[in-house]
Amino acid sequence: MHVIINGKPEDISLGTTIQKLIEAKKLDPSRVVAELNRKIVPGDQFQETKLQEDDRLELLQFVGGG
Amino acid sequence: MNSTEKGIAQHIGPDALARLQQVRIGIAGAGGLGSNCAHFLVRAGFKRFVLVDFDRVEFSNLNRQFFFPDQVGLPKVVALAANLLRINPDLKMELHATTICPRNVRRLFAGCDAVLECVDDPSVKKLLAEAMLPTAALFVAASGIAGCGDADRIRVRRLRANFFLVGDEQTAVCPNTPPLAPLVALAAAKQADAVLFHFLHTANPSRKSTP
Repeated sequence: MHVIINGKPEDISLGTTIQKLIEAKKLDPSRVVAELNRKIVPGDQFQETKLQEDDRLELLQFVGGG
Repeated sequence: MNSTEKGIAQHIGPDALARLQQVRIGIAGAGGLGSNCAHFLVRAGFKRFVLVDFDRVEFSNLNRQFFFPDQVGLPKVVALAANLLRINPDLKMELHATTICPRNVRRLFAGCDAVLECVDDPSVKKLLAEAMLPTAALFVAASGIAGCGDADRIRVRRLRANFFLVGDEQTAVCPNTPPLAPLVALAAAKQADAVLFHFLHTANPSRKSTP
């Protein structure tokens, strides 16, 4: 299945969730903000949100310090 | 208009100042980013603030935060409010000495035209982003502000119409890269600048940004 993640085309398997994608990219879900097709997906929906063909996903991981 | 405000108006004009004074700004975190950012925004002419921080001033904060030794032990929001009032005695500030959590995040910043994410903990940065980005409020966050050297790595990226991100997005605070005054204040200044430019040149404050 073809999707675009952070502006780059990727092929992922059908039914992949945002949670699985974040883990596959070795990111920490508790620090990641996800935007799916320009809409913010809250962290408590990462497990249940599956990507669809041609979805555009942006993942932004925050680092500590303020 | 008090003397400070007259002084600010000499630079930007009374109409622009009046516009900035209507804007309500939420500052999440009153540490290295938040205390410096608030300082810049007060000097820029903003007048209405919601300050939120659970913490108290410690000596280890004085390397970069806008506090003084006699304020150690005070809640940061109380100490910061006192320091900001020394610049402009007529500020209108709402202080919350509390932790930001999923239960209170929307209520704390309801009615803010802009929210600055100035917290330390990346999971709270995420919480604030998820709460504020779907609203009409301008949201300016920071990520990657530690260490020193190569100051141009502290950049500003516009990720959505209402979302700016300041920092190198890589350098977390750790023993090798502690939080230090120059880059922390630089990042805070870039956050403040994004807000100032937005309200001086691209938007009129709306009162409709309640989440």
